[in-house]
Amino acid sequence: MIDGLGIVVSAMGFGFVYGLTARTVGHFSPVEAMAMSLIAFGGAAQFAAIGYVASGLAWPAIALLTFLLNARHALYSAALAPWFRGRSFAERAAAAHLLTDESFALAIAHFKRVGRYDAIGYWYPAIVTTLIPWNIATFAGVMLGDAIVEPSRFGIDVIFPAAMAGLMVGLLTGRREVVAAIAGAAIGVGSSLAVGPPIGIIAGGILGPGVGLLVPASRANEEAPIGTPASAGHFGMPRTPSGPGTNDPRPGQRP
Amino acid sequence: MSFELVPLAVLMFAMTYPSRAIGLLNPALERLPGRALAYLQLVGPAVLAALAAVNVMVATTDGRSAFVIGLPWLSVVACIAIVRWRQNLFLGLAAAVAIAIGGRLAGLH
Repeated sequence: MIDGLGIVVSAMGFGFVYGLTARTVGHFSPVEAMAMSLIAFGGAAQFAAIGYVASGLAWPAIALLTFLLNARHALYSAALAPWFRGRSFAERAAAAHLLTDESFALAIAHFKRVGRYDAIGYWYPAIVTTLIPWNIATFAGVMLGDAIVEPSRFGIDVIFPAAMAGLMVGLLTGRREVVAAIAGAAIGVGSSLAVGPPIGIIAGGILGPGVGLLVPASRANEEAPIGTPASAGHFGMPRTPSGPGTNDPRPGQRP
Repeated sequence: MSFELVPLAVLMFAMTYPSRAIGLLNPALERLPGRALAYLQLVGPAVLAALAAVNVMVATTDGRSAFVIGLPWLSVVACIAIVRWRQNLFLGLAAAVAIAIGGRLAGLH
C-alpha cells in the first residue's frame, strides 16, 4: 500500500508534466493528449511521441519506435502469465492493457509475497495507483499548458529534453546501456544534421542498441536484466519501487 | 479542438498492446532469443538519448538543420547529474527549469 502511494505521487507528477509538455511542445489538443493517456497508456512512449510529432516524424516511423520502446512489456507479460493461469480470457486481455512498469513491479512483488494470484494485487496498482492518477494529471497538465502563452519564459521548453535525459539515466543499468545511449545521441544528432531530425531520431533509436551490443556481455556489468522486477524499477518512473531484487526468476519462469 | 492525433493514439495502442498481451494470452509462447532480449534492453536508452540530444543540439529553420549550443544544454546536463545523484526526476526537472529561467533573465539563450 505504501509503495502504491509512492506510485500515485509519481504518476501524478509525471502525468502532469506529460500533459503540460504535450500541450506546449507538441501542441496536442486536450482530447489528443487524453486519448494518448487513455488509449496508448504508454508512459515514456507517450512522452517520446511528443518529440516525434513535434519533429514531423511520419506515423509509421512513430509506430515502429513505439513498438520497440514498449517491446519490453512482452517480458513482463510472460513473467505474469503463470500467475494468471486459470483466469478468463477477457480478464487476461483487459489486464494486458493496464500492464505498465509500475503495475508489473507492484503486482509481481505482491504475488510472490502471497504466493498466488490475487485480483486486488493486480487491479489496484494497475487502476488506482497508475491509470487514474496518470489520466487526471494529464488533464490538469494539458489544461494548464493551454493557459501558458510563452512557454520558454517559464523554462517549459527545456522540460521535454530534460525529461527524456532524466528517464534515460534511469535506464542506465550497465555499460551496454551507456554505450547505446551515447551512440544513440551521436547517431541521432549526426543523422539529423545530414538528413533531418525525423530520420535522425529513428537512426539513433535503432542503431544505438546495435552499437551497445558491441560491448561483450562479460563486461556489461548488467544490474537489472530486462523483464525482472529490478528492470521494471529502472524502466518505470523514478522512485518506483523495484520489487524484490535482481535475483528473482526470469520472465516465464514458473512461480 | 483538434482530433487529428487520436488515430495516432490508436496506432500506438496497436503497437503496444500485442507486447503487453502476448505472454498473458499465449503463455506457451517461447521466449525470445537472448540476443533479441539484449537488443530490446538497449532501445530505451538509445531512443531517449537521441530525442534529448536532437532536441537541444539541432535547430531546423526553413528545412535546414544546424548544430546549436545554448542554455538548454546546461539545463539537460544539470537534470542528468541530479537524477543520477538523487534518483529523483522531478528534482532534476525543477533544476532544469530553474536554470532556463535564471539564464534567460541573465540574458543567456
